Amino acid sequence: MALLEIRNLSKVYHRDSQAIPVFEDIDLDVERGDFLVLMGPSGSGKTTLLNLIAGLDEPTTGQITVGGEEVTGMSRRQLAAWRSRHVGFIFQLYNLLPVLTAYQNVELPLLLTHLSKKERREHVMTVLDVVGLADRAEHFPRQLSGGQEQRVAIARAIVSDPTVILADEPTGDLDAKSADEILTLMQRLNSEFQKTILLVTHDARAAERGHAIMHLDKGVLTR
Amino acid sequence: MKFVRLVWVNLSRSKRRTILTTLSVAAALFLFVSLRSVNTTLQDAAEVGSEARMVTRNSISIVFSLPEAYYQWLSAVPGVERVSWAVWFNGIYRDPRDFFPSFAIQADSYLAMYPEMVIPEEQRQAFMAERTAAIVGTGLMERFGWSLGQTVTLRSPIYPADNDWPFTIRGVYTPTNPSFGDNLFFFHYEYVYEHSLRGAQPGWYVLQLEDPAVATSVAETIDEHYRNSRAATRTETERAFQTGFVTMYGNVGFLMNAVGLAVFFAILLVAASTMMMAARERTSEVAVLKTLGFSDRLLFGLVLAEAATITLIGGLLGVFGAKLIFEGTQFQGAGFLPGFQVKWSTAIAGMAIALLLGLISGIVPAWQAARMPVAQTLRRVA
Amino acid sequence: MAIPLIYNLRSIRQRPVSTLTTALGMALVVLVFIAMMALSRGFRAALAETGSRENVIVLRSGADSELISGIGRQTAATIAAMPFVAQGPDGRPLVSPEVYVLISLDRLGGGDALVVARGINPEAFDVRKNVEIVAGRMFNPGAPEILVGKSIVGRFAGTQIGETINFANRDWTVVGHFAARGSAFESEIWGENEQFMPAFRGEFFQSLTFRMKDPSQFESIKKTLEDDPRLPVGAHREYDFYAAQSYLLTQIMNFAAIFVAGIMAIGAIFGAVNTMYAAVGARAPEIAVLLTLGFRPVSVMSSFMFEALLIALIGGLLGCLFSLPLNGIVTSTTNWQSMSEVAFAFRVTPDLLLGGVIFALVMGLIGGFFPARRAARQPVVKAARQP
Repeated sequence: MALLEIRNLSKVYHRDSQAIPVFEDIDLDVERGDFLVLMGPSGSGKTTLLNLIAGLDEPTTGQITVGGEEVTGMSRRQLAAWRSRHVGFIFQLYNLLPVLTAYQNVELPLLLTHLSKKERREHVMTVLDVVGLADRAEHFPRQLSGGQEQRVAIARAIVSDPTVILADEPTGDLDAKSADEILTLMQRLNSEFQKTILLVTHDARAAERGHAIMHLDKGVLTR
Repeated sequence: MKFVRLVWVNLSRSKRRTILTTLSVAAALFLFVSLRSVNTTLQDAAEVGSEARMVTRNSISIVFSLPEAYYQWLSAVPGVERVSWAVWFNGIYRDPRDFFPSFAIQADSYLAMYPEMVIPEEQRQAFMAERTAAIVGTGLMERFGWSLGQTVTLRSPIYPADNDWPFTIRGVYTPTNPSFGDNLFFFHYEYVYEHSLRGAQPGWYVLQLEDPAVATSVAETIDEHYRNSRAATRTETERAFQTGFVTMYGNVGFLMNAVGLAVFFAILLVAASTMMMAARERTSEVAVLKTLGFSDRLLFGLVLAEAATITLIGGLLGVFGAKLIFEGTQFQGAGFLPGFQVKWSTAIAGMAIALLLGLISGIVPAWQAARMPVAQTLRRVA
Repeated sequence: MAIPLIYNLRSIRQRPVSTLTTALGMALVVLVFIAMMALSRGFRAALAETGSRENVIVLRSGADSELISGIGRQTAATIAAMPFVAQGPDGRPLVSPEVYVLISLDRLGGGDALVVARGINPEAFDVRKNVEIVAGRMFNPGAPEILVGKSIVGRFAGTQIGETINFANRDWTVVGHFAARGSAFESEIWGENEQFMPAFRGEFFQSLTFRMKDPSQFESIKKTLEDDPRLPVGAHREYDFYAAQSYLLTQIMNFAAIFVAGIMAIGAIFGAVNTMYAAVGARAPEIAVLLTLGFRPVSVMSSFMFEALLIALIGGLLGCLFSLPLNGIVTSTTNWQSMSEVAFAFRVTPDLLLGGVIFALVMGLIGGFFPARRAARQPVVKAARQP
């Protein structure tokens, strides 16, 4: 069975009394260890698809199953708990909490677990090491460069060892060099640590880093 | 406990806002505690009187005196163990603004009936031995810096004398109950009787009962006996007598409560608007936390905890600040509020109000944070 | 060049909730201030209204209140015959010797109070121009009848016309009610001197009040009376005498008003500070535009100060509005200076309302200062870069 199974997925937005369909009848299988890149023009619904997989939004029809669990039927409370364990999200605009240090930002997902302070520390320092920022643990986001901030965000995304990592335009706000570092890091996560990654991007160079590229255009998903 | 850090950093996000709001809450609670303490002090004053003592006064009003001759008959009333009397002197020391209550008393019996006044034995004897001696409360000694043996002169609009009234302080009493008052001035009835240009008569009699249970029958006996005489009497327990005085304050209690209510609402507005302002700045962060898996309920609790932290800290500052200030300066409302204190029950009530304040002011932003739909918020941000 | 005021007006409308909460907070402070001061004003008015500037009240020398004073019949007669005493249309001197005592009455609804019982002759109504009988009739000479002041009626038992009150071992029938323009007299019970004297203190009065022929002569009248060796008396202008009776309590009430309102104001000011800072922060890009366009920082600052004052003004006006219904509400307390129960009404005067508005504006001024300064000092470039 695939790690991530999507069947008959469709999403329609309603603004005032108008119905705006985003996509219809999407099917998708993602195996464990895959590094899948999703491309498509602006507004095609790539972010929406990620949000649906992460349980941040509800589909109009269809099912999403992750690791054998059906996500689409869960209540908001169940989704929150599920999300904390199974999903690591990386945003275009880092979205670190400016009032917390790098360490504290990465620690956030672990606060939802029953790990002790000591155990949390171990996990956090481990992933900070993986992303190469162990020495910046006590710095605040405003003291870090864009690339470093994104690396902290990646660390946060993997600290609870999630089932799947969803990345929405992670290099969109970075200069070429930093973007390159981030993508290399993501490749490492996939090849060395067997992380399953779904990457949404505009950037063709970024697309090359993945195993496979899919296109979402006018509501249709194609390989 | 691990979420305390999150609540704390949110509060430190805008130190200025947090500090100002906390101080506002502190100010409001300070006021609330002060107002309530005025009420509790008045209530306590009403309860100072002992159940085993009774007061017999002229039935027209306290302003009229009673004949000295009543003493004999009253002492013989069944159930009455001891009789004494006192006169309101209305002594003025220096300036009318330095007001304190002064009484001429039938010293021997009076002091025996009021164990609330603790006087060192040698001082009591010195007082009894001297006609012009006075016993004053510890509060007066402190307030005016008097010392034992000092001569203090009062003048009385009620009892004019040729050279006013010099008294020598021979004793200092310590009240066992602060509501009794530590600012009272006592001296011998005989002194007033002899030197007053218009003589003197007992203002009221105090009776010590063998058993509080006989109070009603004693009162009936006395009042019935004097009903048709020139100076008819009205006898009641000392507690009822005291309560009568307190009711003369009128609607003070109601006024204090009304003002307290206005204060509560005013501060609620400040706290609530602060919380809303803070919430507005944080919508994207709330969305991120939800993405990480923080549940709606957890976020609800975090926002509420934030509000409660501000109000509880403000509450502590205000409540205990009031306690410290009033008790440090020994505030007694210029003599009108003897034994003024911020009681623990008031402090607890104050903290409860602070907590309530936090919950109400935080409820709307907490609710908004819980209900916020993540996807839309993220879309707006990214 | 000043920034158009319309900018501030529109901005306030844009954020109605925060504007309203801040204004409401200030309104409550102003309300409490006006209410407590109105209480104090009302009390003072009740007492000040009592005495006339044209009358002199005579007491035993050394007595500062009627309660402890004593004036013999002879003294009263001597003074009545003096030339500076005004005369009524019938040629009789406008002189009112009076008995004055406090009697203990049970309030309906619990508690007791010390009420003034004043003995009078019929001349009292001529000497005291502000008193008149509004229901029933004057008491008959020689009868145990009394008149009851308007504000006592209904608050104590037996005060309706025809009912009786018992004091000093007799039953007294209420035959009339009188009003006295809201003054302290309305809280009194009046009876005949000749009836009250034997009931209370015996053959002497407590005070003598007379109308001066020439009120400007008060000082010499006072001297004449007090220097006369036959007359152990002190003379006071009636107006000043009663006004002074209100001194202690009004001082306490004023202090309480300032204390309470002052502390509440701290809270309101801090609330305003936060609101204005939030406004300045949210409008940083607009401020940047204004500065770029060439408006000077001081204009930006005054613009925000104006906005703060506008919110404060709204609060002040609301507070005044809320306080208006209080005007005229009657309450009572014991005037500890005279130990007597006095009923009086909240008095919300125009100058109090003005004071309330000014109070609010001052709060707005203080609260708006720092945020306005921050707006003016904003560096243009940083602001323009906000998303």
